[in-house]
Amino acid sequence: MAAKPRVKVPKKASAGYIITIKTLVTHKMESGQRKDKEGNVIPRKIINKFTCEFNGNVVFTCDIDPAVSANPYLEFSAKVMESGTFKFIWLDDDGTTIETTKDIEVS
Amino acid sequence: MNINRRNMIRASVKMAVAGTLGLQASRVMASPEDTAKALAAFAGDATPTAGTITLTAPEIAENGNTVPISISVDSPMTEDSYVESVTILAEDNPNPEVVTFHFTPASGVARASTRMRLAKTQNVIAVAKMNDGSVFTDTRNVKVTIGGCGG
Amino acid sequence: MHRVFEKTNVALTSLLLVAIVGTANAGGPVDEKLIIDGELEMITRTAAPEGHPLDEVISGWHYRTPETRALEADSFQNPGMLGVELGEEYWNKVEGTEGKSCASCHNDAASSMVGVGASYPKWHAPTSRPINVELQINQCRVNNMGAEEYAFDKSGQKPLTAYIKHQSYGKPVKLDLEEGDMKAWWEKGKELYYKRTGQLNLSCASCHEKNNGKYIRADHLSQGNVNGFPTYRLKQAGLISTHNRFRGCIRDTRAEFPKAFSDELMALELYVTWRGTGLSVETPGVRQ
Repeated sequence: MAAKPRVKVPKKASAGYIITIKTLVTHKMESGQRKDKEGNVIPRKIINKFTCEFNGNVVFTCDIDPAVSANPYLEFSAKVMESGTFKFIWLDDDGTTIETTKDIEVS
Repeated sequence: MNINRRNMIRASVKMAVAGTLGLQASRVMASPEDTAKALAAFAGDATPTAGTITLTAPEIAENGNTVPISISVDSPMTEDSYVESVTILAEDNPNPEVVTFHFTPASGVARASTRMRLAKTQNVIAVAKMNDGSVFTDTRNVKVTIGGCGG
Repeated sequence: MHRVFEKTNVALTSLLLVAIVGTANAGGPVDEKLIIDGELEMITRTAAPEGHPLDEVISGWHYRTPETRALEADSFQNPGMLGVELGEEYWNKVEGTEGKSCASCHNDAASSMVGVGASYPKWHAPTSRPINVELQINQCRVNNMGAEEYAFDKSGQKPLTAYIKHQSYGKPVKLDLEEGDMKAWWEKGKELYYKRTGQLNLSCASCHEKNNGKYIRADHLSQGNVNGFPTYRLKQAGLISTHNRFRGCIRDTRAEFPKAFSDELMALELYVTWRGTGLSVETPGVRQ
């Protein structure tokens, strides 16, 4: 079992307002620098990219290296002009993604 | 880099550590060349100037595994003038690259926060690249403490 | 080889002692308030219960850096909440021969579990010993769900314990010592608290009673209260259980450590939890 990603987006905002978005996701962020008990390097496995889209348009992305802490936290902003849906995508080294969406009502 | 007292002390501590630990020390740290290379890869030919970007990081991190950092860049964030990217580098980590944020005018403001790993006490460098190609930088020294309990 | 190790240990021991004594004036708990999301004020300092060796009971939150304190004060940013939310999934997960989940009997934890986390360890008559939330979960799993016990720190044990304790978020810790032989176990726990162990010859009290507020190397010593457990530790980047932390502390004195849920550690949990009487349950706390 794995915890769902946590995303905090205000439910409502006025048009033109800049909102703060907070995200937190469960991931070990295995750096590729550690060794197991037998002395073998534990292979790197991290979230290497994060994308936030609003109504299909990219708002914010980031390239992530192994120096980002386990359970990566990202906080950023977005200027909202209309109601719609934020989509959040975390891309794992193994090609899998974690995805979630949040709606916002803009008046 | 300024040759002030702190840097002198840092340099001599680095030498002492390198001398004591020998190979081990050189293996775990990125070289200054690695950091310069990462910076060049991000900034291109532009020379970063101080100001415009602010990096916030703790003076003392209680644990190097989870160090909160934030950046904020002074920019109108319009189609004509906005921050394209901000990269974070840690010069004494195994690899200097930490994270690169990519903004758009739809970001509203160029602000971002995350939590990072620091292998030891060192400088954290934030570099912002604007859509006109200009580059700005800010640096914070973060002391990483080694706990008494289990290290 | 042996002699070298001995010498190193002696040198380290004296270093540690110097570290504690040498910074006797540094630090102390910060004079701040822990208000979660600007709404829920936690009791992080309170008058000690009768029979307590200290005048005031103080949460470990006061001994952390501003950044670590801020992480706990924002329930969204608190990474321990990932574990709590995972615990909710375990709460609703049907397991065992009876086809039940926790929720099958206890329904919504948000109402049925309020205060529970603040009152454990509790006397458990069928086994004639105090049990903590982890062991209560195992009792339920075996007796009511027909499921296997969780092994120490495995599977759903930490997240589910954190989820149950989190339902008492803000509620003051209060144990019932009148039940069964709780007092005798309290005495046993007290004895262990003051017993010096390991090559470093330290008791719990050496650090957390006599030297809290001072530094052991770069670690700011707290009173060692457990009101935030399972707590998110930045070092391990995950939830850490009370017995894991006990074992870590004992290991750091360079002693053999007792098994999780052994009589020794149950007595110690009972006594240490009592020492934090009146503090709010902070689960999931955030510590270094």
